[in-house]
Amino acid sequence: MSLLKKIFTAVRGGAREAGEAIVDANAIRILEQEVKDAEAHIAKAKQDLTMVMAKEMQSSREIERLKKQVTEYEGYAMEALNKGDEGLATEIAEKISTIEPDLAMQEETKTSFSAHAARLKELVKKTERQLAEHKRQLVMVKTTDSVQKATSAISDNFTNSNSKMMSASDSLQRIKQKQKDFDDKLQAAEILDSENSDTSLEAKMKQAGIGENTSSANSVLERIKAKKGA
Amino acid sequence: MSIKDIVKSLEKLDSDVREGFDFDYQIIPGNEEVLQISLQGREEIPVYLTETDTQLLCISYLWDESEIKPESRTNMIEMMLDMNIPMPLSSFSRIGDKYAVFGALSLNSSAEDIAHEIVILSDNAIDAIDVMSDFLK
Repeated sequence: MSLLKKIFTAVRGGAREAGEAIVDANAIRILEQEVKDAEAHIAKAKQDLTMVMAKEMQSSREIERLKKQVTEYEGYAMEALNKGDEGLATEIAEKISTIEPDLAMQEETKTSFSAHAARLKELVKKTERQLAEHKRQLVMVKTTDSVQKATSAISDNFTNSNSKMMSASDSLQRIKQKQKDFDDKLQAAEILDSENSDTSLEAKMKQAGIGENTSSANSVLERIKAKKGA
Repeated sequence: MSIKDIVKSLEKLDSDVREGFDFDYQIIPGNEEVLQISLQGREEIPVYLTETDTQLLCISYLWDESEIKPESRTNMIEMMLDMNIPMPLSSFSRIGDKYAVFGALSLNSSAEDIAHEIVILSDNAIDAIDVMSDFLK
């Protein structure tokens, strides 16, 4: 059974007691080890691949060199034949015949290196896919674990603070009520605001001596003085 | 970024990034550090933020199994499935016996993105409860 299936079976199975681990800590360790192993495999395979590809390149260069030599000596043999020096031509031909087995061997070596490189590349690709898959599973397992732990931390926090999680309907009602209170307050504030602007206008008018009769100590005193004088 | 750093960067944001909501932060200790974010006026349904190896998870808990009218349970779950894609940025889930809405963010998310996620998730949670209150006791 795949690990994910196990997790979901555990989740469905109702392993929901507080503090009960949904995800086996051991399973996480195993997956983490598998990821580490896969990473080590890839590193090793890449190292091997570099070496094999370097050897493949060396072989290619050697093949080039030998082929050039063969062509060169074939040219010399041709020249010797043209000059009618069969003896020299035979000697040159012998030289070529010693190069050719080398060339054949190098070509064989190169083919073998190429095949090896191709196998290693395939291996790296396969291991990388495997690694990605392991990592994805690990993420899912760890996330399941984190969310479980977070949820139990939140529940514990409620229990410890002696408060109870309110039901969703009650919560919604309270939030709506608060919104309504806020709206009412806002409206009240607006009304108050407009009243305030009325009174401030009155104050300005009063100061300018406009509007209803205003009585101040000064005007009262003036009035009394006027009476006294009369 | 640690949970504490997230709080610091959220605190620096202008109010309009939080769409006018004041956030109140509380770090809940435990095996898994969780940040509780209460939006002013919506304290009853906070948003919880937790960090995993690969993502930031924002979760709001909606209700638990005991709150659901038994005869409405199937309809409720179907509605959750129907709403899952249309609902912006959040998805429905269940953790243990608690139903929840959640959103996942990249670990590289900016404070603005996190604040936006928190407000949207809170909106979605309230809408979801409103829409599905008929299924609840």
